[in-house]
Amino acid sequence: MRPELRILLGLLAVLGLVAPAAAGTTGVLGIGHVATQADIAAYDIDVRADGAGLPPGRGSVAEGKELFAATCAACHGDKGQGGQADVLAGGKGTLATAKPVKTVGSFWPYATTLFDYVNRAMPFTAPQSLSADQVYAVSAYVLFLNGLVPEDATLDAQSLPRVAMPNRNGFTSDPRPDVPPVARN
Amino acid sequence: MSFASSGGRLGRRQFLGGAAAGLVAGTASGAAAQGQGPLQGALQVPAWTREQGEGVASPPYGVPSPFEKAVGRRPRTKPAFPTAASTGTPLQDLHGIITPSGLHYERHHAGVPAIDPEQHRLVIHGLVDRPLVLTMNDIARFPSVSRLWFLECSGNTPQWTGGSAKWTVQETHGLISCSEWTGVRLSTLLDEVGLRPQGRWILAEGADGAAMSRSIPLDVALDDALIAYAQNGEHLRPEQGYPLRLVLPGIEGNMSIKWLRRLKVGDQPFQTREETSKYTDLMPDGTARQFTFVMEAKSVITSPSGGHQLRDKGFYEIRGLAWSGRGRITAVDVSTDGGATWRRAELQAPVLSRCLTRFRLPWTWEGGPALLQSRAVDETGYVQPVRQQLVDVRGVNSQYHFNGIQTWKVEPTGEVSNAA
Ligand code: HEC
Repeated sequence: MRPELRILLGLLAVLGLVAPAAAGTTGVLGIGHVATQADIAAYDIDVRADGAGLPPGRGSVAEGKELFAATCAACHGDKGQGGQADVLAGGKGTLATAKPVKTVGSFWPYATTLFDYVNRAMPFTAPQSLSADQVYAVSAYVLFLNGLVPEDATLDAQSLPRVAMPNRNGFTSDPRPDVPPVARN
Repeated sequence: MSFASSGGRLGRRQFLGGAAAGLVAGTASGAAAQGQGPLQGALQVPAWTREQGEGVASPPYGVPSPFEKAVGRRPRTKPAFPTAASTGTPLQDLHGIITPSGLHYERHHAGVPAIDPEQHRLVIHGLVDRPLVLTMNDIARFPSVSRLWFLECSGNTPQWTGGSAKWTVQETHGLISCSEWTGVRLSTLLDEVGLRPQGRWILAEGADGAAMSRSIPLDVALDDALIAYAQNGEHLRPEQGYPLRLVLPGIEGNMSIKWLRRLKVGDQPFQTREETSKYTDLMPDGTARQFTFVMEAKSVITSPSGGHQLRDKGFYEIRGLAWSGRGRITAVDVSTDGGATWRRAELQAPVLSRCLTRFRLPWTWEGGPALLQSRAVDETGYVQPVRQQLVDVRGVNSQYHFNGIQTWKVEPTGEVSNAA
């Protein structure tokens, strides 16, 4: 609430002009329905870099390999080398070259983003159709294709956020305006 | 295109060609331009003057004249996935500063969802005192505001290494549009749910098949940001987020989440794919800039522009658009000699913050070669740079946020092409 509004409402409350809003129940205007976590669970799908939001479940590289071949490879290539859609693996050491290849392995700072994105948007033709176990499994496989987890790895809510991503510290903040000003003639 | 004709030498067909006075769109309508030939002799009263036209409400929701068929959005190249693609606004065909809603540029990542507004819900939760679920009727009850703002995709104008000589302004700059947006201030909704002091970033998420998601820092969220349900007076078009979208003024378009279904307040950015893998700007040293939100000052001449053909020597009005994500445009300089000399263009009022500004400058084409450029200056004193200045700092692989000065090359034949 803006301070002016808070002061005004306080004043009105003192004067008995508005009923004091019981904190936590009614908003300023009292519009809408207070939501319980159960109400919104189906929408509340985000996964943060520290792993907050990761669901229970687990999936292995081996399970992921099978699933990837069946549901992802047609667009991304059987080894994630790309096809009609984005390259998912490789590109290591290319970021500072003339032809950078940005992939989950070479560029993405967090493994959790992979879970979050696949869970919300993939497979392209049937988004939000995979179970948590399946998303862990394909994520494990894509990370394996990038050499970031061993072939016998199984990932879950504890282990996924701990996968060390090579480009974790590759991001900087916005320095713009970054171009020296020119004199207008 | 223009109603003005140069000395009565333009026929109706030339008007159709999507070109300004005295010029025709080169390839697409060159043949059509010959349709009627120069106007000579006595006028004939046409058929439409001798009969009744269509009755009222035909159709109830009006559409452009059938003679405007050539005007439309189109992708630069045929997309591999038409639902994960973009189309540009035909800036060469438009006047003033408002983009007709049906011509607003598109960028979708999972197509345009067909949302029933009765069933649509907006959830606001996270670090708030009262998590809320709102229906569209609830949202319509909140105090509302209207704002004239541009939206620009940060991928607009991919000219880091120059583009194709064939590109029109639709292809170089079409991922910008400008509308009057009406809705509820995000700050009003945050007051309603009671933002907790630890709240620093807000995840905004769409109801499309991409569940498009971006983290919005609190300062951007509180800088007049709108939860909009209307555009140019009518409810949002489906391509623009019907029934509800975020509109963040001056900020890269991707963050103005369409089909908005959820706002979650957190104490840190959520690190979504769209703010890590994409929409980050790769520098020559291999690091990438993250959270590069503002769209810096930029301008482009829309007429004459790529694909146009100057027909006659003589008077032309140079017309274009300028904008800045940091505020108002204070000046636009125009050069017809590739930046050797500049003249100050006239700015059409109103000149609004984070809105398109129309500029104009009279010009006489003597029939020789010319290099047309425009340079925007905003209220912070920022001067639109040339491409080389950007490349010197950012290299050629940063992909987003190109705002270099655009050059249109005019040949002695009158042909106009992209010289990047
Ligand atoms: C029908 C084709 C198709 C299928 C099948 C498909 N994808 Fe995708 N994928 C895409 C497209 C297209 C994009 C880019 C979408 C956009 O524009 O945002 C993409 C993007 C991605 C990305 C982000 C790439 C990046 O660098 O940002 C990941 C990761 C991904 N897909 C994983 C998967 C996984 C895992 C599967 C299987 C469960 C899968 N995809 C199935 C088409 C497909």
